Amino acid sequence: MFLAESFKTAFSLIIGLNAELLGIILLSLRVSGTALLIATLLGLPAAALLGFKRFRLKGTIISILHTFMGLPPVVVGLLVYLLLSRSGPLGFLALLYTPSAMIIAQSILAFPIVAALSHSAIVGVDRIITQASMTLGATPYQVSLTVIREARYGIMSGILAAFGRVMAEVGAILIVGGNIAGFTRVMTTTIALETDKGNFDLALALGIILLTISLAINSAVRLVQQKGTAGAGR
Amino acid sequence: MTLGLSASGIWKKYNGDQILRDCSFSFNEQGIYVLTGANGCGKSTFLRICTLIEEPDSGEIHYSVDGRMVQKDLELKRRITLVLPKVGVFNTTVLKNVAYGLKIRGIGGTEATERVAKALEFVELRHKMDQNALTLSSGETQRLGIARALVINPEILFLDEPTASVDQKNTGIIEDIILNMKRDSMATVVITTHDREQAARLADHLLVMNEGKILPC
Ligand SMILES: Nc1ncnc2c1ncn2[C@@H]1O[C@H](COP(=O)(O)OP(=O)(O)OP(=O)(O)O)[C@@H](O)[C@H]1O
Ligand SMILES: [Mg+2]
Repeated sequence: MFLAESFKTAFSLIIGLNAELLGIILLSLRVSGTALLIATLLGLPAAALLGFKRFRLKGTIISILHTFMGLPPVVVGLLVYLLLSRSGPLGFLALLYTPSAMIIAQSILAFPIVAALSHSAIVGVDRIITQASMTLGATPYQVSLTVIREARYGIMSGILAAFGRVMAEVGAILIVGGNIAGFTRVMTTTIALETDKGNFDLALALGIILLTISLAINSAVRLVQQKGTAGAGR
Repeated sequence: MTLGLSASGIWKKYNGDQILRDCSFSFNEQGIYVLTGANGCGKSTFLRICTLIEEPDSGEIHYSVDGRMVQKDLELKRRITLVLPKVGVFNTTVLKNVAYGLKIRGIGGTEATERVAKALEFVELRHKMDQNALTLSSGETQRLGIARALVINPEILFLDEPTASVDQKNTGIIEDIILNMKRDSMATVVITTHDREQAARLADHLLVMNEGKILPC
């Protein structure tokens, strides 16, 4: 059986965990992890700004953020490619086909998810929390911090949702990373390429690992959401 | 040396409904003020305006000490507090809820530990200090609200229906807390209630809100 044979080889690859496979997995985690960090460092303040301040065009910005949560990765890849290509405005940085380009593309994909979901979590905090912290003598800044802390589980699930999305996407990093072996080759791009070449063993091995990781992310989301509602059922 | 408060000509409207109309009252004496009145007449609204949580549409709130007006700044806001009807506990332990008011004032260390312990002792919640505050019963939640307020040593303590969904035993505990505060002249207390007997038990000054105004009775 061809399929069974492939699975067998795939599992022996996973168990053997050679340097190439390990490199690919670690690069995936490094690129997506860094992108997530950047998206969080920018997205959380943006969410707080949108949650606490009043200004013009706020509603429009929120709508745009929500729309951008579903940005097609290939479109982001294309735009970042155009920006970074040699004749592009940022071409002089020579970042195309490097992990940095992949991080940039994935940050752009992750940012709206982190910002929009954190914003929803922040505005979803009951008004009574704001009032209670005011009655206890909090400054406006302290009130905001308190509300963000109450929204922490919602914010964490937003960050995890973004992580799940960038870990799974292939379109953007394939375009700007180029899938160069040992340099920009990550799990999803390897799967796409190796499948294309008919080399299913490696693709399958990575597929199983990717599934395991997204399973772990989803369990983490569930756990976080359960913690967030624990005891709030009154 | 008593912090007093006078509300003059307060008007407040929600969605076209005039709730408070030219409402004036002064809380200038120590002791317990009990405010009663029909559901929805505006008691809670009035307390939020008095405690500077909410702005009136027009009218003035003045705080004063011995007739001298006090600036309505952060320092003043930290001398008063309001326990909301639903309290609004933070999703953390009972201990951290009570410590909140000290933490935001930059008070930590042994002083904070001692004051928190004392406040928890006062409301008989010390054994629950490591429990998540969201899991407390209604009566315990109200007592937590009071401990969270007491820990900051307010000069005026506003309690909005502290015994509305509380059983007799806990109502007794809460009333004892209020009476003890009066005995120790810890604070002027302003409380709302629908319980006439409770009003009679507690009130030094009994007030009724009607048609958007406060009347002594
Ligand atoms: N934030 C708000 N937005 C709109 N309407 C409000 C708001 N707060 C209060 N109201 C309305 O104002 C009126 C007075 O409410 P308030 O809570 O002050 O009454 P209350 O005297 O405390 O009543 P109760 O005895 O039931 O607690 C009610 O009709 C209420 O629906
Ligand atoms: Mg009320």
